[in-house]
Amino acid sequence: MKPTLQILTFTFMATSIAASIANAQNAVPEIKFDSVPNALQLPAGLYLGEVGGVATNSKGDIFVYTRNGHPTITFGTARPFAHGGSRLYQFDRTGKFVQEIGKNTYGFMVASQVRVDPADNIWAVDQFTNMVMKFDPQGNVAMLLGRKAESENVPARGPATNDGAGQQTDLFNRPTDVAWDSAGNIFVADGEGNARIAKFDKDGKFVKSWGKRGSAPGEFANVLSIAVDKDGNVYAADGGNKRVEVFDNNGTFRTAFANVGNAQALCVTKGPNQILYVSNSNPTNDIDVAGEIYKMRLDGTIMGKFGRAGKLLKEFGTVNAIDCRVDNTLYVGELGNLRVQKVILH
Amino acid sequence: MKPILTGLPALMLIVAAPGFGQRKATIQNVPEIQFSSVPNFLKLPAGEHLGESVAVATNSKGHVFVYHRSATTRLFEFDQSGKFLKEIGAGYVGFEFAHSVRIDKDDNIWTVDEGTNMITKFSPDGRVLMVLGRRPLAVLGVLAAPAGANLPAQKYVFCRPTDVGWDPQGNIFVSDGYCNNRVVKYDKDGRFLAQTGSEKPGSALGEFNLPHALQVDGQGNVWVADRTNFRYQVLDNNLKPIREITNLGVGWTVCVSSGPHQYVFLSNSNPNGNQPGTWDTTGEIYKAELDGTVLGKFGHPGKLAPGFQVVHMMDCRNPNEVITGEIESWRAQKLVLQARGK
Repeated sequence: MKPTLQILTFTFMATSIAASIANAQNAVPEIKFDSVPNALQLPAGLYLGEVGGVATNSKGDIFVYTRNGHPTITFGTARPFAHGGSRLYQFDRTGKFVQEIGKNTYGFMVASQVRVDPADNIWAVDQFTNMVMKFDPQGNVAMLLGRKAESENVPARGPATNDGAGQQTDLFNRPTDVAWDSAGNIFVADGEGNARIAKFDKDGKFVKSWGKRGSAPGEFANVLSIAVDKDGNVYAADGGNKRVEVFDNNGTFRTAFANVGNAQALCVTKGPNQILYVSNSNPTNDIDVAGEIYKMRLDGTIMGKFGRAGKLLKEFGTVNAIDCRVDNTLYVGELGNLRVQKVILH
Repeated sequence: MKPILTGLPALMLIVAAPGFGQRKATIQNVPEIQFSSVPNFLKLPAGEHLGESVAVATNSKGHVFVYHRSATTRLFEFDQSGKFLKEIGAGYVGFEFAHSVRIDKDDNIWTVDEGTNMITKFSPDGRVLMVLGRRPLAVLGVLAAPAGANLPAQKYVFCRPTDVGWDPQGNIFVSDGYCNNRVVKYDKDGRFLAQTGSEKPGSALGEFNLPHALQVDGQGNVWVADRTNFRYQVLDNNLKPIREITNLGVGWTVCVSSGPHQYVFLSNSNPNGNQPGTWDTTGEIYKAELDGTVLGKFGHPGKLAPGFQVVHMMDCRNPNEVITGEIESWRAQKLVLQARGK
């Protein structure tokens, strides 16, 4: 069964490349790919939960920020206090478990994302504590944005009713991602409870923020992921509006790519000829729609796509993170399948 | 304040009692099967305890798995002699409130958790291979209890699921559950194929009111304990109803044995709470052929072994050795049955 499918796919790919030159949107070539089985070797007794984020550093070490258990509520003086619920693990380049980072830290409750900056600092974004935490390469806390609420009441949270523009400071509402430009400026996707991007200088001083809830150019239904290219342009996954928006370094709207579905995870490669990967993530309650990942040029031209929603290897269960430090060797973090896949594109 | 609070639940219990999870079986002249309970079957390390032992299962080596509600929900593995081997899934996100554990033909371990709405397939050495369903995201807060009608049942979302089984081809069947009222069929890769029932309770054939346990026999037929309808339903492999069994009291849990000649065990479990009179009319387990012919029955409620305290699940890989998982006694008993009716 499988070989047949692959041959079919390959044939389709070969015939469709020519057509794609004329119209990339109508005939997107399928990229042949493999998934490395057991890419991460977890020690016995250690389990991943939903993978909020996966990222690699310059040595190829792999960091996984995972929702591995729900927060615990304890009762104190008149207020319930919430703790725990997510953990940050480090693996070496072969996938062997190395250590846990930030164990029992105050800021880990519901993992949104992890990214590694050019100096190999590890940044964790948490959407329950509303914090962006920078750890140095040794795992020490280096800088913090945002503050966890002192106590938590936990009634059901309805859809966000604010305008999403947020405040002119580092107070976040379910932030989802972080990125940096070549000058070290910090961009935070404050994107599930708010609908904005906040910019800070390299020392964490607030510079500005832009965007609010909506569907006009420069607005967001939500900001699920961001990436910055070598020229400082900011790419924002506005999955709810089924598009990727592109801004200049100061937040001026430039363009949008509206042909990639429910954009949820983004990654821009390093190097001179940068590539953008975008996932059309399937909803968490359905594996019979979407699920593929697009490979694009920064001008929005689609080069190809791969994968579909599902539970097997080479299928994806709601992709929430893509690492693309090495082009064509991606680490893909999934919510639905509680795993990281190492994907090799051919 | 206090008298009102204590009085109301008591009143509700009295009103609800006749229909509340208990019914005397109407079947007559069922032979008693003699049995004995193995003393101190499961031997735990010092300091370890079982909680509500709602789920038990054995693998092909005879290892016993107990998925229980302790301070946290935990999964323990014991060897065939009852010696503790290890814990599986400590700290795993899919464990919150145990309901079922079952072992497939390849010795993979499947847990059904009604506190997370997740069904997890573990490899025999305890690694996660596949997940069905999703635990609601913590940041969304406490999900409001469904008021009025349940939301329409979705293909891949459970509402307090109760059990899982497989046909010989590896298709997956799920009983779902306390707030949905349906049985769902997936292929071996976890893709939705079909369902019967819906989010709404119903009493027609193919409808359910708390489908509480599920097993699939060697012909691919699906046995469902339709608890609040006081019956069992047998469905064919495409979930079309074949027949119902209505004379065995409440349909609490069901087990189908292994081997070429399969038997089915059906439990008229005594209800939680030990309401007055229930020990005299409920608690027995029936042994039957796959065609429904009842061969015999055994057991009575009781706090002490070999009494049963709400049998929630049975393992019957060997039809002469039934292992019960009980709610209110925090134990699993291994029962050795005399073959045949006597």
